[in-house]
Amino acid sequence: MSGLQLTRELRDAMIAHARRDHPDEACGMIAGPEGSDRAVRHVPMQNAARSPTFYEYDSADLLALYRGMDDRGEEPVVIYHSHTATGAYPSRTDVDRAAEPGAHYVLVSTREEHRDEVRSFRIVDGVVTEEPIEITPAQTATAADPPEEPGAD
Amino acid sequence: MAIDVRVPTILRSYTGGAKNVEGSGNTLAALLDDLDSRHSGIRERLVTESGDLHRFVNIYVNDEDVRFTGALDTTLADGDSVTILPAVAGGSPPRLTPPR
Repeated sequence: MSGLQLTRELRDAMIAHARRDHPDEACGMIAGPEGSDRAVRHVPMQNAARSPTFYEYDSADLLALYRGMDDRGEEPVVIYHSHTATGAYPSRTDVDRAAEPGAHYVLVSTREEHRDEVRSFRIVDGVVTEEPIEITPAQTATAADPPEEPGAD
Repeated sequence: MAIDVRVPTILRSYTGGAKNVEGSGNTLAALLDDLDSRHSGIRERLVTESGDLHRFVNIYVNDEDVRFTGALDTTLADGDSVTILPAVAGGSPPRLTPPR
């Protein structure tokens, strides 16, 4: 199976997060059951850099995030962040720092106020491959899970 | 002296796919040497040629980021748990023109 399958709710949640944090870059993950490639649980993260051109997770937040996923038997399915003045395409820094070869890297651009730009990529060993995003019907389990608050504290 | 080490996905090629491995050592440096003796190559993914921890990797002893506890000199005790995680970070290319 190729491409990213995503409910409209999760897609909209990433866009809403990106709009909320604009003009700084927003970042987060959507976790899913290990090995399933199913994006289920939205975890908005805080951009510890609070920057319009860079994002990073706080070190303690990162540990809490992975602990939480380990406890639930999850892994990162989508790793997303926003670009606030440029397009939804991975930058050189994004490619250099991509360390989850199994994840879908989603870019959201908020450079235009009224037009959403969302694209998904695989980034493996420095090679970027765009993939289609397929919007799937909402799952009951997904709708019942409220998104978590940003950050770990 | 047993220390549980959680290995991130990107380094599991060195551990035969294992998510958790066991190691030993009184310091983080000694633990990484011990791991490297059985999982050859893993150390150089974590430590630079000049002997510092790579900037883009976070290592925690229990709940503490080792950057705040002495980096490679961080002392370890039996039963400690070490977690290795790649930092999650990125950025956008610089603007070609100043913002209006």
